[in-house]
Amino acid sequence: MNALTRRPALIALLVLLAVAGVRALTGEALTDSGTVGAALRLAVPIGLAGLSGLWSERAGVANLGIEGMMIIGTVCGAWAGHFHGVWAGVLAGVLGGAAAGLLHAVVTVTFGVDQVVCGIAVNILAAGVARFLCVVVFTGLPGAGATQSPPVTGDVGTVSVPLLAGGAGGGDLLGDLERGGVFLLADAAGLLRGLLHEVSWLTVAAVVLVPVSVVVLWHTAFGLRLRSAGEHPAAADSLGVPVQRMRYCGVLISGGLAGLAGAYLVTVSSGLYQEGQTGGRGFIGLAAMIFGNWRPAGTAGGALLFGYADAVQLRQASAAHTLLLLGAMLAWTAAIAVARRRPRLAAGAALLGAAAFALFQSTGSVPTQLIYATPYLTTLLVLATVAQRLRMPAYVGLPYRRGGA
Amino acid sequence: MMNELAARIRKVPHALAAPALALLLALVVATALLAAAGASPGRTYVTMLEFGARPDSLVSAVNRSVVYFLAGLAVAVTFRMNLFNIGVEGQYRLAALLAAAAGAHLDLPAPLHVAVMCAVAMLAGAAWAAIAALLKVWRGVSEVLSTLLLNYVATGVVAYLLAEVFAAGSTTGSTADLPPSAHLPDLNGLLALAGVTLPGGASLGGAVLGAAVLGVAVHLLLTRTLFGHDLRMSGLNAAAARVHGVDPRRMIIVTMLVSGAIAGLAGLPHLLGTAHHFGLDFPAGAGFTGIAVALLGRNTPLGIAPAALLFGFLERSALILDIEGVPKEIVTIMQGVIVISVVVAHEVVRRAERRRAARLVRARTEPEAAPAPAPGRVP
Repeated sequence: MNALTRRPALIALLVLLAVAGVRALTGEALTDSGTVGAALRLAVPIGLAGLSGLWSERAGVANLGIEGMMIIGTVCGAWAGHFHGVWAGVLAGVLGGAAAGLLHAVVTVTFGVDQVVCGIAVNILAAGVARFLCVVVFTGLPGAGATQSPPVTGDVGTVSVPLLAGGAGGGDLLGDLERGGVFLLADAAGLLRGLLHEVSWLTVAAVVLVPVSVVVLWHTAFGLRLRSAGEHPAAADSLGVPVQRMRYCGVLISGGLAGLAGAYLVTVSSGLYQEGQTGGRGFIGLAAMIFGNWRPAGTAGGALLFGYADAVQLRQASAAHTLLLLGAMLAWTAAIAVARRRPRLAAGAALLGAAAFALFQSTGSVPTQLIYATPYLTTLLVLATVAQRLRMPAYVGLPYRRGGA
Repeated sequence: MMNELAARIRKVPHALAAPALALLLALVVATALLAAAGASPGRTYVTMLEFGARPDSLVSAVNRSVVYFLAGLAVAVTFRMNLFNIGVEGQYRLAALLAAAAGAHLDLPAPLHVAVMCAVAMLAGAAWAAIAALLKVWRGVSEVLSTLLLNYVATGVVAYLLAEVFAAGSTTGSTADLPPSAHLPDLNGLLALAGVTLPGGASLGGAVLGAAVLGVAVHLLLTRTLFGHDLRMSGLNAAAARVHGVDPRRMIIVTMLVSGAIAGLAGLPHLLGTAHHFGLDFPAGAGFTGIAVALLGRNTPLGIAPAALLFGFLERSALILDIEGVPKEIVTIMQGVIVISVVVAHEVVRRAERRRAARLVRARTEPEAAPAPAPGRVP
């Protein structure tokens, strides 16, 4: 790794400078607390899906069924949320996702079926189950139809940090700074305030799950055993680790997290179930996990990146065009930063930046249909850039059988 | 020669055991769900069978299955070398749109017109699949994720091209209608020659013939060519294939191109046979059904054909269910259960066979004094 990655504060400052610079140049709302708050809300389901993939793959089971487990989570969450209140919905979402995870675990761990194949099959089955349940359970209820549920009763509620972001007791220091409009200071305040102002309790829970995953996976005996099932199951087995049970645990937790992501979509994002609501977030979450090199903090960072790109273009269609300029600035910043140590990489980044800048200059706006594709294109671009520098758990994707028979 | 044939025939019950088991399980699950939903399972099945077995329903089922067969072939080609082209969905939709746009602007004699459109579709599908292949070979990006993500990108690109570039009128939201020279004739005349007359309104699409030819071609490609041999060897044992001089990077690229080209054709039966234009209502989802069909058919053309027919039959006979007040989504669940249980059943059968083989080895080596070596693979 180069010198830059060892100085996160410096990177953060450079990125902040680039974003603030573009904001000042174009006048688009790239750093206001509203955009950042939306980015956080959009990042949560992606981040939870990423954590879901992380728990499963750390235990050695590739999970491509996250999307399907999320779908089950949305249906179960909407059903319980409508009849028994929002928190019952969250719980039902988690349980539904875990049930789908159990199916994946039985098929891949006990029967040793190809994990990719099973994940795809889980997605196909989950889509069918969701549509069937939706028709059977929701039709006839007020506000529901064949493809959507009635609204969830009640809401999760939000919290703001006191003093800094207008929480209970008053005081909105960051808000005052943001409204002050001083270059860089206002931008930094807006970014921070977005993360602290009117945050859903479920978002808080999702954010807390990141350090919890770190602690459990890297600082407990259970975590060590679970990861050993993903790194070298035969060695783990010879030391008395119950490999299959660890893999079951990983996939079940993975299913629960995916279900929570689905429940979040139902209870916080939209307030009801709609067909196709997950929109591939399970796969984007997997991409965030890969971007984060199979680590919780990196996964969260990847999710925030995707969420931010989503939020900017959702709030103003014109801002998607600005992202091109931002991309160019970031690529050039990276090129300058690594120029001495890795000249070829720097040249590549500079070229990429030039291409983005040329696109920015030559087009007036990005067509709305293509804006739809930005998160997926971003994911592909990120995967193409980072895929080779990553280290995945060594035994992901391989079934394990005692004695090898 | 005779022994080989006998061995093959003995294998048939094994090959059928897994799908039969899967179908049974799907029926059990569907029965339970129907009962839970308050519908009579027995009456539902009888209604489905009666409606599905009507001659016009059967013809419609065959027409539907052609699309799934093509999509299944495209998926299967990659599955055979442990490569996963999950992007058939995006490939066939993009290819159908480009073929429709090209076909509407061409003025050619009938067979040539269709041939050119097929070529355009194959090129478009292959080009879209090539992105994933190159990302894998150059940058090490897993093709599972990249083809999946490219599906979503394709959705955006198709919507953009349709609205901004190819839309015929200002309001239609579809490409211009194809001239008659690009319409695929149906097979009713051919059937009449054979003495079969279809009931009123039903017509067996000409694409059935094309699909059958392609199925044979893919079978020959996989089993009778050097490329097919290399492909299967890469799938069975990548390390051995490399030692034998098979370049994995080249295999990945060529296989994805072939798969994408076949996927490109999957949209054409509907485009050339019935719709004659590409609009917002062009059927979606065949790419994912293709995955299910390929898994059920064990990735061979001969297996995919009945699997595709089954799925086509299920979807056609489900149409009656809405009239009967039973949610027709029960069929989607059945398809999902079939896919999961067929892969599980095959794994179980495979293990049973391996154990049987191990017993045979032990039985043959026992008379010798030395203890038999442990059978099976060492991890």
